[in-house]
Amino acid sequence: MKKGYRKERLDRGIKARTDDIFAICSPREIAYIALPRFIVIGALLMFPLLAVLTGIYWQNVLIITCTIALLALSWDLLASAGLVSLGQALFFGAGAYVTGFLSHHYGWPPILSVPAATVTGALLCTMLLYPVLRLRGIYFGLITFAMPLLMMRIVEATKILGGTEGLSGLAPLPGMKVELYVIITVTLVCVFGFRRLIDTDYGLVLRAIRDNDRAVMAGGINIQWYKTQAVFIAALPATFAGAFLTHHYQFVGMPAFALEYSILPLTSVIIGGTGSFAGAMLGAFILVPLSEVLRAFGTLRVVIYCLILLVFAIGLPEGIFHYIQRKYYQFERLVPVEEIKK
Amino acid sequence: MSQDLILKVSNLAKNFGGVKAVNDVSFELQEGEALGVIGPNGSGKSTLINLITGFVKPSGGRIIYRGENITGLPPYKIVSLGIARSFQMAKPFYNIPVFKNLIIPLYSSRARKLKGGAYGDRDEAAIHFLEDVGFERDSQVPYKAAGALPHGYLKRLELARCLTLEPDLIILDELFSGMSMSEIASILPLLAKIREEGKTLIMVEHRLRELFRVVDKAIVLNFGGKIAEGTSGEVMDNEEVRKAYLGSEVLSGA
Amino acid sequence: MIETVLIYGLVNSVTLILTAIGFSLTFGLSGIANFSHGGLYILSGYSAWMMMHYIGLPFALAAVLTVIQVGILGGLIYRAVIMPVRGIVLSEVVATFAVGVAILEFFRWRGFVTYDFNLPLFIKGSIGIAGVFIDYQRLFIIGIGLMLAVILWFFTHHTRIGLALRGMAQDEYTALSLGIESDWAATLSMALGAALAAVAAIIILPLGIISINMGYDVLLLALAVTILGGLESTNGLIVGCFILGYARVITGTYLGPEWMEVIYLAAIVLVLVVKPSGLCGKSKELEERV
Repeated sequence: MKKGYRKERLDRGIKARTDDIFAICSPREIAYIALPRFIVIGALLMFPLLAVLTGIYWQNVLIITCTIALLALSWDLLASAGLVSLGQALFFGAGAYVTGFLSHHYGWPPILSVPAATVTGALLCTMLLYPVLRLRGIYFGLITFAMPLLMMRIVEATKILGGTEGLSGLAPLPGMKVELYVIITVTLVCVFGFRRLIDTDYGLVLRAIRDNDRAVMAGGINIQWYKTQAVFIAALPATFAGAFLTHHYQFVGMPAFALEYSILPLTSVIIGGTGSFAGAMLGAFILVPLSEVLRAFGTLRVVIYCLILLVFAIGLPEGIFHYIQRKYYQFERLVPVEEIKK
Repeated sequence: MSQDLILKVSNLAKNFGGVKAVNDVSFELQEGEALGVIGPNGSGKSTLINLITGFVKPSGGRIIYRGENITGLPPYKIVSLGIARSFQMAKPFYNIPVFKNLIIPLYSSRARKLKGGAYGDRDEAAIHFLEDVGFERDSQVPYKAAGALPHGYLKRLELARCLTLEPDLIILDELFSGMSMSEIASILPLLAKIREEGKTLIMVEHRLRELFRVVDKAIVLNFGGKIAEGTSGEVMDNEEVRKAYLGSEVLSGA
Repeated sequence: MIETVLIYGLVNSVTLILTAIGFSLTFGLSGIANFSHGGLYILSGYSAWMMMHYIGLPFALAAVLTVIQVGILGGLIYRAVIMPVRGIVLSEVVATFAVGVAILEFFRWRGFVTYDFNLPLFIKGSIGIAGVFIDYQRLFIIGIGLMLAVILWFFTHHTRIGLALRGMAQDEYTALSLGIESDWAATLSMALGAALAAVAAIIILPLGIISINMGYDVLLLALAVTILGGLESTNGLIVGCFILGYARVITGTYLGPEWMEVIYLAAIVLVLVVKPSGLCGKSKELEERV
């Protein structure tokens, strides 16, 4: 740094980001705000068209990435209402098994069974979690952690829904391009929808429950009911992800409740940053492709995830997204240091 | 002032483990009256409030509000009947603007019922209620993050949060605590105005001198039980009350 | 039949107590949900095995060294990983879980997955009690398990350190003002929890082979019994262990082994519906005193 100068940080976005007085001053300002999200939307929508470049392998990776992103979004919405989930696999597995059941036993086509499984699965999970919504903090987390793993045991032991074999030969989805566009659209709708939802007064109530539930109760609000709604809404993308991936693989089995569907979304959110939804998505888009690259390392890659997770959880708790956002909205410039006269 | 019974508490009790936090407390309150609840630290005042507002389930006794048994109802149902409370520790939602803090009560089913099923413009209503407790609409204060408010304003915000629910019975838990004399002086007219509107008031207080400028009568708790009831003079002359206070702390007012 | 159920139910229950007691102790004393519990458990098994096979120590010495070493490791985990994020519950869980999974998957990567990895029994042979044959190791487990439970109860209720730790868990501010340092207390609670995991590993693992997946199972079991009994409650842990232990054996004997695992979920869901804070949990209602 030049001598006699110091670094000054300026926040350039303030004018345009003020919550309510949304002042758009010039095309430049508009571009400044809108460009990042249009780049994301554009890039995602272009992806399926570039099949020549990407190949079927990376298209599959994108589908898994979006799945994890949906689970991470679901996690983030729950966390916004103060419900820390350690078992996203519960939602994933519920969606997967409902669609598997409908498709296998009644021969429903995916266009019916996926939406039905999304809603029914979310309802089932909400009912299952309803009694524990009264518990606060870590209690909810511990119970959600145990639930999918116990579900797995149940399926294994009772041999319902195919037991250890699972249900295979389910109806396929109609082609890669459709698949890609469906999952990309759903992911984008969720990200932007959730970002908007959490900024409404309804979202405010949810966040308030997280911050100070007693004050919300004193405000005449039935927090149990709002938490239930939050669980249902948050379960939707996750059960959809489960149902969708089931038809993608044309198979559902015990791995639907596997630990990785709980860990990967959580890791994504921790890497990307909580509370913004964009962070959750960004995290998934870093983590999942990275894990594909690390596939050669075998189980050592799980060790690597864990180390990444530790570094982020301890070193950069705000997450990458918030860090980038902060930097994006800031200028740095050098200003001369004023001499202090004695 | 009408003389209808608004609140009747009979033989209310609460045990925490083996400790009787509130023990066989009974009192009645007429519409439009203001009641003070005083007593040394740990005498069960806050628990009494928590029992009436449903934050704590009673171990025994009944609470009748306007002829309806509200014992053990959840807090949101009690609020929707028209009982609002403030907290001793004002903990606002720090990261959101002050006026958005009032969105929470404005989102409640009670607020919706009062507006005839519609929520209306909540932001506007919030600013309006803030003005009522002495925030200036055109200053920047209502738009700042609530965490940045000085203590006196936090207490006003607590009060505004109660008023937003347009309650008939307001329960204030140590509103004056931590306020300077001048802050209290500026909030007294607000309380007077609330009383003029015919609302019923229960105030838990340590600052007795200021309290008796607002309320007509008071009950005194000690070790969870009611030891006295009456006007300021009656209460302060009571031998048992003096003993209870001198036994634990110096009488702060009167 | 009934004797089998009684005796093996007891073995099962005490095994559960041993498995979960480290997790429960740490949680009860410092509020840390130590998700590296399963990792530490398996680490202890492999550590003792390595000391015996690479260095050639006798089993008893290896066992003692392992307990001490894993205990110290637990304290170090607190200092290095939990302390920077202390108070942020999610980060605590994530950080400890990451440590646990890293340990387990590291061993998997190093190829610790064959049938060669097992620990010797303390005492060989078996005995017939009321017509039921039971090996000495299992009797040993019952003895050690019950002894540990009693020692711990005494430690937390009648010793200065134990009382200090419990005080810390109940009211951090008061404890601080009495000169109990919170980080020190939490370090100790993590070390104790880890050492207990090691003890459990060393006496339970000889019954079978050491496998990586058992690490995840152990964590899950510890969670299941603590949820069932009520978090933070030692009595609850023991009640929970006995209920699940006997329930498993009874269903295993009369309904068939495939139902043994189902009983967990059934029990847990039932308890949660009736009493979300667990059988003996302090009710987590919003209660406050004046």
